[in-house]
Amino acid sequence: MPIDLNRRADPDLLLRQLEEQEHQAQRGRLKVFLGYAAGVGKSYQMLDEGRRRRQRGEDVVVGIVQQRYPPEVVEVLARLEIVPPLKVGGGEALDVDTILGRKPQAVLIDGLAYDNPPGSRNAKRWQDVVQILSAGISVIGTVNLQYIEELQDEVAAITGKRRGQTVPKAFLEHADEIEIVDVPAEESLQRTAGEAVPADAEQQNRLSRLRELALLLSAQVVDQQLARCLKAHGIEETWGAQERIMVCITPRSNAARMIASGRRNADRFHGELFVTYVRQSNLTAEDRLSLDRKLAMARQFGAEVEILEAKDSIAAILQFARTKGITQIFVGHSLERGWWKKLWGDPVDRLIRSTEGMDVIVFPH
Amino acid sequence: MTHEETPRRGRLKVFLGYAAGVGKTFRMLEEAHELRRQGGDVVIGYFEPHGRADTIAEAAGLEAVPRRKIEYRGVMFEEMAADAVLARKAAVCLVDELAHTNVPGSRNAKRWEDVLELLEAGIDVWTTVNVQHIESLNDQVRQITGVSVRETLPDWVIQQADEVVMVDATPMALLNRLRRGVVYPPEKAQRALENFFKESTLVALRELALRQTAHEVEVRHEAPVRSALERRTPGSAAQSPAETEQERMLIYITAEPTSAMLIRRGRRIADFLRADCFAVHVSQRADLTHLGVEQRQAIEQYLNFARNLHIETRLLEADDPVHALLDFARRNRITQLYLARPRQRTWPDLLGRDLISRIVRMGRDLRVAIVAERRRRQ
Repeated sequence: MPIDLNRRADPDLLLRQLEEQEHQAQRGRLKVFLGYAAGVGKSYQMLDEGRRRRQRGEDVVVGIVQQRYPPEVVEVLARLEIVPPLKVGGGEALDVDTILGRKPQAVLIDGLAYDNPPGSRNAKRWQDVVQILSAGISVIGTVNLQYIEELQDEVAAITGKRRGQTVPKAFLEHADEIEIVDVPAEESLQRTAGEAVPADAEQQNRLSRLRELALLLSAQVVDQQLARCLKAHGIEETWGAQERIMVCITPRSNAARMIASGRRNADRFHGELFVTYVRQSNLTAEDRLSLDRKLAMARQFGAEVEILEAKDSIAAILQFARTKGITQIFVGHSLERGWWKKLWGDPVDRLIRSTEGMDVIVFPH
Repeated sequence: MTHEETPRRGRLKVFLGYAAGVGKTFRMLEEAHELRRQGGDVVIGYFEPHGRADTIAEAAGLEAVPRRKIEYRGVMFEEMAADAVLARKAAVCLVDELAHTNVPGSRNAKRWEDVLELLEAGIDVWTTVNVQHIESLNDQVRQITGVSVRETLPDWVIQQADEVVMVDATPMALLNRLRRGVVYPPEKAQRALENFFKESTLVALRELALRQTAHEVEVRHEAPVRSALERRTPGSAAQSPAETEQERMLIYITAEPTSAMLIRRGRRIADFLRADCFAVHVSQRADLTHLGVEQRQAIEQYLNFARNLHIETRLLEADDPVHALLDFARRNRITQLYLARPRQRTWPDLLGRDLISRIVRMGRDLRVAIVAERRRRQ
C-alpha cells in the first residue's frame, strides 16, 4: 500500500506505516478461504486460485491435500505441482523442510486446523504455516468454521459436536486476507449427500445457522481490517458499517429498560453494546447502590462498561461516541439536573444538537 | 384443463457482491453451466459483459434470449426483452444487475419489476446485485464512498429472494484485477482506483455486504444465532432480555430533504427489529392545497417513497404537529417515534420551543429517536 503523503505528515504515523510495510515485506502473505461446512467448495476455490496464479507465472506448489475430492477438484489438482507430505505414523504432515528448501512463492495448504501426527516437529499444522510464512513464503489455505477454537461453544450448540482439532481465531484475524466461500445450505447438502438424498429440514437449518456464523465472523475480521486501514491512512472518522450502541446511564435513569433494549438492538444488528456512566460527585449512598446494580447488570448483559470522568457530561458522551464509532446513543430524561439545566439548557437538547451522524434515542422515564 | 391455473411462483436467487469485479456474474454463469450439464433448462435473459473477456467466454454455450433494442433521444439502448423471456418460459432465467433502471419505452421502469413478473409466471430467476444498491443503505454508502447511488432497490425485493449468496473476493484480489485491466479498460480503471476503489472504501462495503448476507440468512431460518460473536461474559446468554414486546415505529415525514434519509433509516431499523412501521405527515389541510407547489410535491414524494418501501402512510390534519403526532402514536400503540435532526442552519431556536424539544418533553411515555444525517466529515 503506497504511503499517502498528502493527507497528514505526522512523523509517528509515517514511522508506523513504514514499520508495518517492512514487516509485511519479510513475511509471506497468508490468505484463508473460510467455509462453514464440508462441501461448500473451499478446496476448489483455493486450488483454483493456485492454478490461476501459476498461469500468471507465480511459482505455486501444493503442500497438503485432503483424502477425498470431488472430480472437479481432482481436475484442478492435476495441473499443480505437489510437494509430497511426510508420512508420520498413520498420518500426514507438511514437509516443511522440503518446502523451505524448494522456496516457492506460495504453498497451498488444505485444512489449516488439523493436528500433526504425534512425533511431528510441531503439534499443529498452523504452527508449520507460521514457520513457512516467516521464511517469506506465502500460504493459501482453507479453514472450516467448525474448527475455530473460540467458537466451539456456539458450534456445539448448533451441531452438538465439539471438534478436537482447532485453530485459534487470532490466526484468522492476523491473516492478510480472508475470503468467505458462501453457498446456500441446501446446495452444500446436495453436494455432500448427493442428489438421491432428500433435503433434511433439520440439517438444513443447522447448516444455515453455521453459515450465518461464518458470515458474521468474516464481517468481524473485516471490521478489524477496516479499523486498521482507516488508522493507517490517518482517517479518524468511522463509517458505521457496523452498528454500535451506547447506553448512557445515571443513578436515577430507567437503566434496566435501556440496557435490555440496547442488548436487543445489538443482538439484532449483531453489533456492539457499550454502557457508559459519567461520574458524578456527591452521590448519596442510595444512588451509589443503585448505580452499582445498574453497572453490574450492564456487565451481565455483555456490555463494554466505561466510566467517564468529566465536568461536562455531554462533551464526554460525544467524545466517547466519536472515538468508538457509535451509531445509536440511548439516553434517559434523567440526564437533566436542575442547576445544570438553568445554565446550559436542557442537556438532552444539547446532546441532540451536537450529535453528527448518529441516532439519539431518548427513553421514557 | 383451464388456462386460468396460476403457476407456482418462481424462486429468486440473488448473488450479492460489494463492487464491480468481485465475480458475481461469473459465478452465476458457472452455476448455469452446471445446471445445464445436469439437464436443466436455463436461459440468459440479460447479462452485462462489461467487455470482460473471461465473463464473455463463460457465457458461451448458454442460450440467450435476444435483447430488445430501444431508441431513446436518438441513442440506441439494449434492454432485456421481457416479453420474449416470458414467452420462452425457461425453468431458470439469468438476469444480471437487478437494480438497473430500464430505458423509457421498456415494459417496466425497473428491471426488478421485470424480474417480479418472471417470478409470477413461474420462472426461477437468478440475479446479481451489489450491496450499495440496497435502498436503506443509501446514506451509509454515501458516507463510505462519497457517492450517492441513484439506482436503488427497495429492501423488500431482496426479502422476496429465496436465497441470497455472498460472492466474495478480497479487496486485495479485486485491486489486483483492476490493475491487470480485467475489470475495466485502462483509463476507467485508473479513475476507479482513485475514487470508488480505494482500499478503505472496499473494506467498508465488504463489511456491509457480509452483514447484509448474514441478516438475510438469519431471517430465513427459524432460530437466529444469538449474538454468538459479540463480547459477553460466559454464561450470560441465559440472561438475555425478553423479546416479547412487539415494537411499532412511527416516522414523521416533513417537506425537508432529511425526510428521505429518515425513511431509509427507519425502514432498516424496523426490518432488523422486526417492527411494524408507519409514517405520517401532519398538515393543516389534508389536501395540502394551502402549501406552495414545491412543498406539496416534496411531501407527496416522501409519502410515496415510504409507500414504495412498504411503509404504511397517513396524512393527519391538525394545526399542531406535536399534539397530532403524540395523539396518533398513543392511539396506535406506537413504541418508538422517529424524527429527523434538522440540518444545522435550519435548527430553530435555543429555548426549546422547536418541535423536537417539545416532543421529547411531552412524549415522555414514548421512545423518541432523533436521526442525524450520515455525512462524510472533511
